[in-house]
This record gives sequence, C-alpha cells and structure tokens, in this order.
Amino acid sequence: MDIVLSILIHSVAFTALLYLISVGLSVTMGLMGFVNLAHGVFAMVGGYVTATLITAVHLPWWAAIALTPFIVSGIGVVVEKVLYSRLYGKAELDQVLFSIGLLFVASAVAQELYGPLLIQIPMPASLLEPIQVLGVSTSSYKLVLVAVGASVALAVLYALERTTLGAMIRAAVENRTMAEGLGLNTSLLFSGTFALGTGLAALGGAIGAELFPITPAYGFVYLVYFMIVVAIAGLGTVRGAFIASFLVALISTISAYFLPEYGTIVLFAGVFLLLLVRPQGLFGRVS
Amino acid sequence: MTDIALTGNVATQALKKRHLRPVEFLPLLAVCAAPIFGEQYLPLATQIAIFIIFCLSLDLLVGFGGIVTIGHSVFFGLGAYTSGILSANGYGDPLTGLAAGAAVAAVASLALGAIVLRVHGFTLLMLTLCSVFLMQEIANKATDLTGGIDGLVGVSTQPLLGIFEFDLWGKTGFGYSVAVLAVVFLAVRLLMATPFGLSIVAIRDNRLRASMVGIPVGSRQLALYVIAGLLAGVAGALQSQITQFVSINAIGFELSGEILIMLALGGAGRIYGAFFGPIVYLIAQDIFSKFDPAFWHFWLGTMIVVVVLFAPGGLVGLASHLGKSSIVRKLMSEKEK
Repeated sequence: MDIVLSILIHSVAFTALLYLISVGLSVTMGLMGFVNLAHGVFAMVGGYVTATLITAVHLPWWAAIALTPFIVSGIGVVVEKVLYSRLYGKAELDQVLFSIGLLFVASAVAQELYGPLLIQIPMPASLLEPIQVLGVSTSSYKLVLVAVGASVALAVLYALERTTLGAMIRAAVENRTMAEGLGLNTSLLFSGTFALGTGLAALGGAIGAELFPITPAYGFVYLVYFMIVVAIAGLGTVRGAFIASFLVALISTISAYFLPEYGTIVLFAGVFLLLLVRPQGLFGRVS
Repeated sequence: MTDIALTGNVATQALKKRHLRPVEFLPLLAVCAAPIFGEQYLPLATQIAIFIIFCLSLDLLVGFGGIVTIGHSVFFGLGAYTSGILSANGYGDPLTGLAAGAAVAAVASLALGAIVLRVHGFTLLMLTLCSVFLMQEIANKATDLTGGIDGLVGVSTQPLLGIFEFDLWGKTGFGYSVAVLAVVFLAVRLLMATPFGLSIVAIRDNRLRASMVGIPVGSRQLALYVIAGLLAGVAGALQSQITQFVSINAIGFELSGEILIMLALGGAGRIYGAFFGPIVYLIAQDIFSKFDPAFWHFWLGTMIVVVVLFAPGGLVGLASHLGKSSIVRKLMSEKEK
C-alpha cells in the first residue's frame, strides 16, 4: 500500500513537471503546425534564470520562481517574432533543422555562461524536509510541485474552455484559415500563446529542477519526454496533454520502481506501439 | 499538349543524367586529394569520407525520398556496433565486418521501415525520435555486448585484404574509406538515375499522383529505407574499424541532428550537397574547436539557422542559384566588354 502511494505521489509530481513544460508545446504545435524540437530550451533557460535571480540578485526562492516565467516569456516573444515566425508554413525539414540549430546554440551559450556541470537552484530548507502524507514519507517540495502543476492545469483548462480568448485559440487550432476568415488575428494570437507556453515551460524547468536537473544538455536529454507527451496526447489538446503527462509519469515511475534496468526502454517501446495504433495520438483528430 | 511536352522534356533530362560526366567526379577527387595538405590531415579527411557516406545515405531518405527522419543514427550505430563487436571477439577482417555491419543495418531498417513508414509527418518524426532513444537505451543497458556508457573497447581491425596494416598515421584507413566512398557514390549516383530513383523523386513530389500512375509507393519507400539504412551501416562499420572504438553516441539524437545539419548545409536532395556538407562542417569544426571546443556548437547552430532562413538549398543550392541569377551574368558580361 505504501509502495502504491509513494509511486502515486511521485507520478503526480512528475506529471506536474511534464504538463507544465509540454502544454505550451502542444498548443503551439497544434496552432501553427510548427515542429519545435527546441521547446525544452525555454525550460532550461527558466532554470538558469531562477538560479541567477537567487544567487546573484539574492531574491528568495519563491520570488525568483514567480518572476522567472515573465522574463522567459519576454525572451520567448522576441525569439518568436525574430526567428520562429519566419518559418511558419515552411517545410517540416526546415523547422526541424532550425529547432535543432537553436538547441545547439542554447546549449553552447549555457555551457559558456554556467559551465558544463549541472547547477543547483538553492531551495529553502523547509521544502526539502521529509513530511508524512497519509503515512508515506515524502518531501514538501513534491507537494509544491503538485500544487503549482495542478493550479496551472486548472487555470489553463479554464482559460481555454471558458474564456473568449480560449475560444479564439481553439478555433485557430481547429481551422486556422476559417478563424482568420472570421477576423481573428492569428499571428498575434500565436505570439501570445507562444509567450504563455514558454513562460509555463520556464516555470516547469525552474520548479522541476530536482527531477530534471538543469545542465547545458537539458534540451537534448529531456526533449524526448516533452515530444512524447505531445505525440501521445495529440496535437493541440490541453486535456490530452494532461492525461498524456500522467501516463508518461506513471509508466516511468512504475517501471523505474520495478524494472530499474529497463525503465526507459519500456516507456519508449510503449510509445512506439501506441503511435503505431493511433498515429494521431490518444486525443488528436485525424487530419 | 504542354503536359506531354513537359513530361518528354523531363524524361529526356532524366535519361541524360544516366551518363556520368567527368566533372561529377570532382568532389570525389577533392576528397582524394586531401593528403596534399599534409599527413596530419589524413584522420580528418578519413572522417570526412565516412561522413559523406553517412550523409549520402540520409540524402536518399530526406532529400530524394522526402522522408524526414531524426533517427538515422540508429543504422550508423548498428553498423558500428556489429563490426566492432565482431572484431572485439577476434573476427577483425575489415571487409567481412563491413558486410556484416551493412547486413545488420539493412535488416534493422527493413523491420523499422515496415513500421515507421506506415505513418507520415509529425508521427513519423516522433517514431524515428523514439527509435533512436530506444536503441541508445538498449545499447546502454547491454553492457556485456556494447560496453555501455564507456563505449566498446578492444576493437582491433586486422590488415585490409590481409596486406595493409591499419597504421598510426591512418594511411590505410584513408585509402580504405575513400575507396568505399567511391563505390557508394557511384552506386547512389547511378541508382538515382534509374527508373527506381526517378519513381522515388516522383513519390516525394506528389505521393497521390505517383500512386495513380502505378508506382507501388509503399514498397518503393521501404526499399529506399533499406538502402539508406544499409549505407548508414557501412559508414558506421567504417567508423568503428578505423577509430577502433564505438562510443554510445554512435546511436544518438545528437548525431542524428548533426548529420541532418551537414546534409542541409550542403543541400538536401542533391548528391553533391551530401559531399559539401560534411566537408565544410568537419573542416569548420576542426578550425573552430581549436579555439574553443565547447563554443563550436554555438557556431554550428547559428550556421544552420542562417542556412535554413536564408539559403534553403544549402551551399550547393546557393551556388547554383548564384550561377543562374542575372546579377552574376550581368557582371560576367560586363567583364567581357
């Protein structure tokens, strides 16, 4: 029982991290059909920005975490306007190459500025102390991760399904030409969504640094997790991204627990099979 | 009427391409000529020759077939491990190892191709991405066979044809890899001028139309996938025989990305693009990493972003564009005056 519960707690914390980083990717890829392999870069930048805010500017952890998404969103908007927007509607190969190029640049810059090793984001000691949840020992850090992930998930879900802005985004994902025909400014919409997505990724990267350590290779190493979430969810679905994050987290945690040697193999093989049966993902539409 | 005339024109051009012109051997000769610059460049030239083979194999898929994959290093790695494991266990004959590496890569690409080619676009991309992480993880865990994260050591390559020792200077390695490159180049060049090659391009340009005129799209693409996998296996086997080591990164997303970048740099869909990409890339890497090895990736990334944004046809595309553009012609004619 204890095992089940601790697996569940870890899975939920991991879900929060995956969801925070992947949800923006899912929406932007659904919206613009842009194959963006460099999304993890923004999570990495989030980690570095937070670490810098804490060590150089001496902000408390909470404040640094809260400020980071805004800074990285700003960077995201600039990168989107200057670079990404030039490649909308271009061949898939160009987008893949461009984003791989961006991965290389970001990892080199990170290594130049912060060195090749992983950096620590200093956390308040209170977060690392073990606490008891339903008789299972865990850290309050994981609970914070879960709380942030859950509130972001609810906020994004609410924003997309209940607000006018959300309706606009869903309309543009569904049929961009039609949405434009009705007078929606999709390029503005996309910039906004991109900024939001990069901000959430930065938040995830910063707050999840204990699970996915911040190193210059971040974008390469964890890329596959974010892409898997988007692929098995189906492009452009927010609920799908949540369920996919949970599935990936659960499968990784369970297999890491019972088959530590073959954990990742089980995960990748599972995704492989799933995509064969449902190429459009669990919740995607057949195009 | 015009359609028929146009088709006739394309067909004549395609037929013309069946004959090799002497000028087409220039890139190959350029690689052969590397020793002129001194013996210290032999390892670099060898590396270039190997990566041209790898790049040609990727060009078949991405450039000619229009199948965008980010998992091509799977076959490179399989070739490298097959040949490396054979030779670490005492079967170090280079040509046998090369054939074995190619065969294993071909079988794997048949199996993998039969699966991944059923889907398109983003899903295909994802499956190739998953396949590369999956295979790397398997290689990582099968430490008894592959040496895991430390890489495969104890590879010792026997003399080529029983005569030529693999020397410290890399003369044999260079000659060997250039000879293999020449064979691969000729094979790819002639293959792309056959009806098979033309049908591959037809499928890339318009899948539906190609199937309408009776091209068996699925089996043609699978055959292409196997050929490309086989050639990548050849490149991998060469790499392991000459460096006498197989790193876990021989199967990896970074290598897949790098080879894709080399191809784009030279120009995808052009045989000579697959030549110039690795040449420019590896020479630039050699120069830049002397100053700052870590920062080389910065220049590499910048380079590819610039190529994608401003020179979509790569260097070869840029050259042919400049050659055709009126400005250059104008300048030329003014010079003549």
